[in-house]
Amino acid sequence: MIELDNVNYSYGGAELLRGVSVQLAPGTFHFLTGPSGAGKTTLIRLCYGALRPTAGQVRVFDTDMTRLDRDQMAMIRRRIGVVHQDCQFLDHLPVADNIALPLIVSGRDVAAEAGNLAELMKWVGLGARADALPPELSGGERQRAALARAVIMSPDVILADEPTGNVDWDMSQRLLQLLVELNRMGKTILVASHDLALIRAAKNQVQARVLRISNKTLQLAGADL
Amino acid sequence: MKRGTIRTFLLGDAQAGRIVPPSGHTAHLTLFVSAAMAFLAVFALALSLAAGRLADRWSSELARSATLRINAPADQRAAQTEVALKILRQTPGVASARALTQEEQAALLAPWFGTDLRLDDLPVPQLIEVTEGEPGYDAAGLRLRLAAAVPGAVLDDHTRWRRPLVQAANSLRRLGWISIALIGGATAAMITLAASAALSANARVIEVLRLVGARDVYIAGAFVRRFTLRTLIGATAGVGFGMAGVLLLPESSPEGGFLTGLGFQGFGWLAPILIPPMGALVAFLATWAAARRRLKELA
Ligand SMILES: Nc1ncnc2c1ncn2[C@@H]1O[C@H](COP(=O)(O)OP(=O)(O)O)[C@@H](O)[C@H]1O
Ligand SMILES: [Mg+2]
Repeated sequence: MIELDNVNYSYGGAELLRGVSVQLAPGTFHFLTGPSGAGKTTLIRLCYGALRPTAGQVRVFDTDMTRLDRDQMAMIRRRIGVVHQDCQFLDHLPVADNIALPLIVSGRDVAAEAGNLAELMKWVGLGARADALPPELSGGERQRAALARAVIMSPDVILADEPTGNVDWDMSQRLLQLLVELNRMGKTILVASHDLALIRAAKNQVQARVLRISNKTLQLAGADL
Repeated sequence: MKRGTIRTFLLGDAQAGRIVPPSGHTAHLTLFVSAAMAFLAVFALALSLAAGRLADRWSSELARSATLRINAPADQRAAQTEVALKILRQTPGVASARALTQEEQAALLAPWFGTDLRLDDLPVPQLIEVTEGEPGYDAAGLRLRLAAAVPGAVLDDHTRWRRPLVQAANSLRRLGWISIALIGGATAAMITLAASAALSANARVIEVLRLVGARDVYIAGAFVRRFTLRTLIGATAGVGFGMAGVLLLPESSPEGGFLTGLGFQGFGWLAPILIPPMGALVAFLATWAAARRRLKELA
């Protein structure tokens, strides 16, 4: 699904990631952890092509991300669901439209998919908040809306960057539950989180591998978590 | 650009219009400027068309006619006129020759001397209107023959004063078209500035759209549609006002000469209808170019 091969990355100054190689096989569940500032968000952005590696190769669906032109990149992004760390909503549009945004921009008939949209919003517990504007949502509601938007195109891969940031424990459990359900439906999941308690809790529900960034490199964490 | 792409641009879907937040201020300015430009374009167009008509008429009418002037003492005038007419009718290439009547000559002088003028009191030469045939006559030969038989005859084939008049009308027409081109260029520049400002103001929206998989055509389309429609609406209003202005110009009359002929005539009335679509086309191209440039810079 997603393959990083000896990837280096730097924002211009010192190197942030070095020699990162990892393969996310279809249907797997991975956590990506590491202290704040370690480069989790950076790694996720490399995976959906928002950043280009300074060295090495990123392949998604067997496509070299560095060789895509802008239109091809747009098409690939429709097949990758991303929950961004800062959600990235359009604040002037109601939640329902924000969730449907990938459908709208890809020219799909939103009216025809209204049933799916309503069902999805119910699934993430936002059925009653369809007409609210993003700034009116609580932290947990925002994260669930972001997750709903990430899955509306039924992507095979879901990348979630700190999906439980800014929410309380119960809400983070609910969000985790949703991600586990998606994994059971066969989706490949990568969740970046610095919250070790959450990762431990998840290990009881799903067979997850934990990747840790330390010293600029990516390592597979053992059972010592 | 593929045809399907253009159609997507113009029709789009109802959703796409709302994706980019409304921008009251630039919207009004764009409407106003495109209306003003269209208004000016109407007058530039009226000027070009009128000058064109004038140039065509002068060059064709005057080219085929000449005037023979007979300056003779009053008692010999009629006789010399007769001789001149006879020579003219025998000259190959002269289609017709006709002495102007007293009334016609009086009418020609009326703008200067008023209508009460009695020509008998004045040493006014007799005028003979000569219409050239196809092929024309030999002016030099005709002059020689007239000089021998009619001492007071002067043949004026109008070339002397026709040329500068036609040239003036032609430069006026050229100026009109240059104005229209400048108006188009200024509109393009204005739309480019407005579209660039709108694109910069919506950089975050564009980033989000890119993140959820929008192609550049889609994003550009949202802006292109907006500016094209605004220009179309503004230009239509401007043309409306401009046409009203042209309608209020005095009716074309022989007394007023060129100035009163400034309006549109016949199919010319349809020409301003082309201004809004042309303006919209300019806006479409300008926004499209600006969007392509900015999108490459942004993400
Ligand atoms: N656009 C950027 N330009 C320069 N430096 C950046 C940029 N984004 C992030 N960084 C730096 O890269 C490092 C890793 O950031 P990030 O990937 O967001 O870490 P994490 O998500 O693990 O907290 C941080 O030190 C951050 O300051
Ligand atoms: Mg981060």
